[in-house]
Amino acid sequence: MNHRPQPIIGQSLTRLEDPPLVRGKGRFAADVNFPHQLHMRVVRSPVAHGRLRGVNVEAALQLKGVVAVWTAQDVADLSPIDYREGRIEKLEPYRQPVLARDFVRYVGEPVAVVFAVDAYVAEDGADLVELDIETLQPITDAEQAVGEFAPGLSTEAAIVTQGFGDVEGAFASAHAVVSLDLQVGRHSGVPLETRGAIGRYDAARDVLELHGAAKVPHKNRESLARMLGRTTTTLHLYEYHVGGGFGIRGEIYPEDILVLVAALRLERPVKWIEDRREHMMCANQSRHQRHYVSAAVDREGRLLAIKNEFFHDQGAYPRTHALRIAETTCGILPGPYHVGAYSALGHYRLTNKTPCATYRAPGRYETNFVRERLLDAIAHKLGISRVDVRRVNLIKKEEMPYERPLSVLEDDVSYDSGDYEGLLDKSLQAIGWDELQASLKERRANGEIVGAGLALFIEKSGLGPTDGAHVNVDTNGVVEVITGGASVGQGFETVIGQVCADILGADYRKVRVVHGQTDRIEFGIGAHASRATVMTANAVAAAAAKVRAKALDMASELLQTPAADLEIEKGVIFRRDAPSGPTITLGAVANALRPMAKTRGPREPGLCSDGWFDSEHQVYPYGNQLAVVKIDPRSGAVTVERYLIAYDVGRAINPMLVRGQILGGFAQGLGGALYEEFLYDDNGEPLSVTFADYLMPTMAEVPPVEVLLCEDAPSPRNPLGIKGAGESGIAPVGAAIASAVEDALQSYGVVRQLPLTPQRIKAILDGFKS
Amino acid sequence: MSKIAVSFTLNGRKVEVEVEPRRTLADVIRDDCGLTGTHTGCEHGVCGACTIIVNGQTVRSCLMFGAQAEGAEIRTVESLSAGDTLHPLQEAFVQHHGLQCGFCTPGFLMLACGTLEANPQMDEEEMRDILSSNLCRCTGYENILKAVKDGAERMRGEP
Repeated sequence: MNHRPQPIIGQSLTRLEDPPLVRGKGRFAADVNFPHQLHMRVVRSPVAHGRLRGVNVEAALQLKGVVAVWTAQDVADLSPIDYREGRIEKLEPYRQPVLARDFVRYVGEPVAVVFAVDAYVAEDGADLVELDIETLQPITDAEQAVGEFAPGLSTEAAIVTQGFGDVEGAFASAHAVVSLDLQVGRHSGVPLETRGAIGRYDAARDVLELHGAAKVPHKNRESLARMLGRTTTTLHLYEYHVGGGFGIRGEIYPEDILVLVAALRLERPVKWIEDRREHMMCANQSRHQRHYVSAAVDREGRLLAIKNEFFHDQGAYPRTHALRIAETTCGILPGPYHVGAYSALGHYRLTNKTPCATYRAPGRYETNFVRERLLDAIAHKLGISRVDVRRVNLIKKEEMPYERPLSVLEDDVSYDSGDYEGLLDKSLQAIGWDELQASLKERRANGEIVGAGLALFIEKSGLGPTDGAHVNVDTNGVVEVITGGASVGQGFETVIGQVCADILGADYRKVRVVHGQTDRIEFGIGAHASRATVMTANAVAAAAAKVRAKALDMASELLQTPAADLEIEKGVIFRRDAPSGPTITLGAVANALRPMAKTRGPREPGLCSDGWFDSEHQVYPYGNQLAVVKIDPRSGAVTVERYLIAYDVGRAINPMLVRGQILGGFAQGLGGALYEEFLYDDNGEPLSVTFADYLMPTMAEVPPVEVLLCEDAPSPRNPLGIKGAGESGIAPVGAAIASAVEDALQSYGVVRQLPLTPQRIKAILDGFKS
Repeated sequence: MSKIAVSFTLNGRKVEVEVEPRRTLADVIRDDCGLTGTHTGCEHGVCGACTIIVNGQTVRSCLMFGAQAEGAEIRTVESLSAGDTLHPLQEAFVQHHGLQCGFCTPGFLMLACGTLEANPQMDEEEMRDILSSNLCRCTGYENILKAVKDGAERMRGEP
């Protein structure tokens, strides 16, 4: 009888990350301290648009404990903040300076910085800095007439377009045309940990260090090295615990550069921890688009063409992602459906508000809302059901891989695998869609304002092109996996640990996963766009397989057994047909492979190996979300009564963690659908700068969610068959809730703007009366 | 700014510190006492990440000054486990995946611990009400509620 090890991939194991975190022994940015450190406080623009005439730092410099105060003149030699992917000629002049020069362009823009011996004193010093600003007329709406960013530079920094086919021809010959005007508000990730950065220069080693890094430490190292004129071997980033990422944390902001330069020039470690008010004015915001979208359809509702013109409110500067979200918006809008012809035209407009960049499911939260609103409107116009209009347009399983002449993240769109209609059937059955319609109809007849909605979506994940990892087993059998991945709280260590343990045959609890340390590994892809599991786990699997082969080769000699007859489980090597026979541990094999060990023979020393994974295209998971809502006619408040999320992740490494990603994403999506919005007044003054103004869901608002996690369509594009999960929970929530709210209202074309706050719903209800 | 001497008991140990009157209790615990498990997420009493137990009451340590802690009995997240043995609530949070990034976790643990010690038989509705006073941005709360329900049973000595 041959013994087969218990698989570790696919098990809902408890996380490797948790023990220090539940004990309060984590290390977040604010927990990092160095002897003799200084504290930095940023003086920020109080106006949205103005000419900066002068900054008086004298009073601040007089304050006891203040060591230095810098303005733009003190950092005139520094380059503005670069785009992550390097030089983008057309956008070069729009880059944000590290400290404002000549102009201020949003409330919260860094104008000066104070360095002091204590954080409280630094704040006192910042209060003493006097700004002389001539107020200018701000642009607060992306649709108003374009202005001048600088002489000869329009505030329409770019126009993005994508498309294919004969759109005008399709509209000319269509059975019907449906047009909508749709808006998504300004939301952001708002992690519970604010940003933080600690710069330190170690002159003894000539190494400049940035502590408190996140998301993309290796890519940021390249950008920072370029901006600071250093070589990457003398600049290191260190990621510890990260209190939530969601896309916005870990991008390069002015403060990251300032602590590094200050550490060099002031020759002391410099610590900066953002406060919550600063976070709400200065960290990247997102979404905020208005779409004018039309569809041309045939008699059955088939999408002959979609035409979309949208305005992307970018805020004051392009930030590190440049045009990515606007480009993604164009490339991903058609989603899981056939579309005969398509044109998208996006106005990338700068306004005097906090700059925008990626927030979990960027470009998808918005386009899922737009596309699914359109499908509902087509169903209503043609008098067919909302399910049927989707069914008739869905791309079929047999058509995979399905290519479309569009691009997302500069990658040609090619859906790898999926049975979209199969999953739709499963979810309709799971929620009892037909019975639900009947019961809602009855409740509406009794005066309740209730309805159900649905949204179908595809996700994109695992953008390559390449990631690597190193796996090493020490002589005690402890496995160290060194990755260039990043952990933003999603369970990266656990997932990587499970893959490594499964492939190598190690004890999962004896795997230690390194991430976000640029001095441990030369390259790294980080954690963004749901790629960590797809890319890094496959690289780890490759490395672990090589280490396994090496271990079996050595063990074969030590146990006098052909390697093919050996198995490894929980770090112990044994004969497959005689598990109770002679064994040897991975630690003992590592010992036999030490450089000086005679047993090693001609083998390369060490029980270790590198592994690489290359990917040609992204992978495309998919799902549906179904909502049942009830509206209070007096307040306009929406209550979500039921919610179902069906998602095909290809293959789940740890189903408990995938579910966790889905539930957490859903709660954020619910916030964006019903409560959260960064508002500004006509002067560009931000109105949502505390947790009392920007309303994130609490336990009281988040309903129980039914999750239907499927693994019917593993990806053919990587050996593990996996697809990403990080953004699946959030991506279509606005779309599904909007669909349900419109069904509840039984009036069509009225739900056009997210979030659906009580005020907006009440306005719709009041509109019915008048 | 002149400092004043304050003494209190922190996780069973006597502590004496000299602090500016304006210094928050959260900062005193974190920076002057070196216990960084108490996190500050908003510094204006909304998010609850800094929740601790003062004289048996759950308190937001960002809304108290260190100077107000004179003579107080203070417990933070670091007091929950004994060596390798986790508190029942800590065990339940691990078991039910009640945390992702872990930043809000100490606040939720102390909030649940303080309220369950005062009212061990809390029902689910009361739990939801109490726990909705803290913010989490990762989990969507479902697993936090599961963990607290299970932790409460474990605290009562039920299987």
